[in-house]
Amino acid sequence: MHRHKWDEVPRPTPDGTGVGRPGYPGTVIIGIDTSLGTAVAAIARDGEVLADEQSANALGHAEVIGDLLRRAAQAAPTPTHVAIGMGPGPFTGLRVGIATARAFAVGRGVPVVPVPSHDGVALGILLSDALTGTETPRFAVVTDARRKEFAYSVYDGIDDDGLPIRIMDATLSPRDDLDARLAEAGAARYDATSVSAAMIALAAARALDAGRELAGSEPLYLRSPDVVAAHAPKRVSA
Amino acid sequence: MVLMDAPLVLGIETSCDETGIGIVRGRQLLSNTIASSMDEHARYGGVVPEVAARAHLEALQPSIDAALAEAGVTLDEIDAVAVTSGPGLAGALMVGVGAAKGLAVALDKPLYAVNHLVGHIAADILDADAGELEYPTVALLVSGGHTSLLLVRDLTSDVELLGETMDDAAGEAFDKVARLLKLPYPGGPEIDRAAAAGDPTAIRFPRGLSRASDMASHRYDFSFSGLKTAVARWVEQHEAAGLPVPVADVAASFREAVVDVLVTKALDACERYGVPRLLLGGGVIANKRLRDVALERAAGAGVAVRIPPLRLCTDNGAMIAALAAELISSGRRPSTLAFGADSTLPVTEIQVAEDPDATAPAPLPARAAS
Ligand SMILES: [Zn+2]
Repeated sequence: MHRHKWDEVPRPTPDGTGVGRPGYPGTVIIGIDTSLGTAVAAIARDGEVLADEQSANALGHAEVIGDLLRRAAQAAPTPTHVAIGMGPGPFTGLRVGIATARAFAVGRGVPVVPVPSHDGVALGILLSDALTGTETPRFAVVTDARRKEFAYSVYDGIDDDGLPIRIMDATLSPRDDLDARLAEAGAARYDATSVSAAMIALAAARALDAGRELAGSEPLYLRSPDVVAAHAPKRVSA
Repeated sequence: MVLMDAPLVLGIETSCDETGIGIVRGRQLLSNTIASSMDEHARYGGVVPEVAARAHLEALQPSIDAALAEAGVTLDEIDAVAVTSGPGLAGALMVGVGAAKGLAVALDKPLYAVNHLVGHIAADILDADAGELEYPTVALLVSGGHTSLLLVRDLTSDVELLGETMDDAAGEAFDKVARLLKLPYPGGPEIDRAAAAGDPTAIRFPRGLSRASDMASHRYDFSFSGLKTAVARWVEQHEAAGLPVPVADVAASFREAVVDVLVTKALDACERYGVPRLLLGGGVIANKRLRDVALERAAGAGVAVRIPPLRLCTDNGAMIAALAAELISSGRRPSTLAFGADSTLPVTEIQVAEDPDATAPAPLPARAAS
């Protein structure tokens, strides 16, 4: 698998702690997701939530993320990793979180852990069902992808690492086709209205423990840039 | 915060297609690292915002690493982070804003959100070989994204917009006319190459907003879309008549029209405001004909011209860092973390979101001994 520079060797933190080995008992993970609103959280190795900050505003990612991150960083002064929700989501907002997370990780000298944003939503659903003893049927996490399309990922249960079993990676579907596709896949529909950064961080913690990678370093854009190749200039004369 | 020396500032610039990371110590340039996505835009004939924003996201960390290595400093030595808040492409700006906030929070260092256009002026103070920048000065900033004429009374506190383009930026006009002439992107160097063998007086193309009737309300504004249309019409008429298009003459005459209107309006501003100083900035300043005409005509008008080194004229992070260093030295407080990207940020807003509750870094002598 192609490894991007962002994912390379963890550098020691300035104070010499935070070695960032998977499973290291002092693991504290900052999670950041701006695929759907803006969310920043911090969790300890045992899953304890140290901070869970979010802005309901669907826009304004760039405006709010600094203060949310500062509060989370105050609650978790020596994070060992930064988990990033990689989308899918509207590109401009999604990039704010990824840029912030990567730069924060550079500033602290800790590694980043990319997580598909839908995995965070799925983990939240599975954990909350487990808490109430509800059997979770196969389900799809669905988010708005604009341009009359949805993005969806299909999950079926939780594995021994405590991670959602993703049986279909994030995919685009025309809005009108989605229900038929989900019926065919036998998946219940779950329309996500927010992504929990704590769940992004928890998924990252479990992936680190298991020595697994949940996403590559590329954002889950799912779409090529919307451009048209240069055409011949239009005539101006009548 | 007490600074014992000129502030060490890391600047982030992502307003268009260059990912710029600059590091300065006061007025001393330590690194000017630029990653450009220009090649990725070439097939589209102009900057594609989404392509630029994606490229910024990928280029940021390698550029930060490269800048730190070149400057020979580590992140924990940085006194402040600076970033372009606007004007520029919103999606591109937001990548830099996010990164700057992440870095500033991680390092627990002050963050200065600044104006890109004023940054172009600040580039001049990094030129170690030039004398002190004197005020007031007229500044002409010309690039693919902007064409602005400014009156600068003080870099950190008083910049006035005299005029700007009403449609295309001058650099955009070069790109569009290059396409008309079937020349590749970016158009500036291509037009220059084609114009070398041409006669700049062969065709009299119009000078936008230069009629007597324009002087009342658009004396210092620019317009290049009419010029582009005039070139297109001229070329079409030639082709319709079955005549070969004299590309060299068209290129030279078009370039002359752009250069003429830029220099004429800039020197008119110098005369009207009684300012015998003109500062040039922006990527189009790389155009040698523009520099030559400006120098020649300014000399005739008794106006001294300053041109920063070309690598500081194109968009870069060093100019953003330099502007922040000047703001710090003049006792300005850092920005809050609550600003965003402002694609139409007016030039009068030199710094964005100055925090009334923050403590200003200790004022410093402008050129502290290191
Ligand atoms: Zn510029």
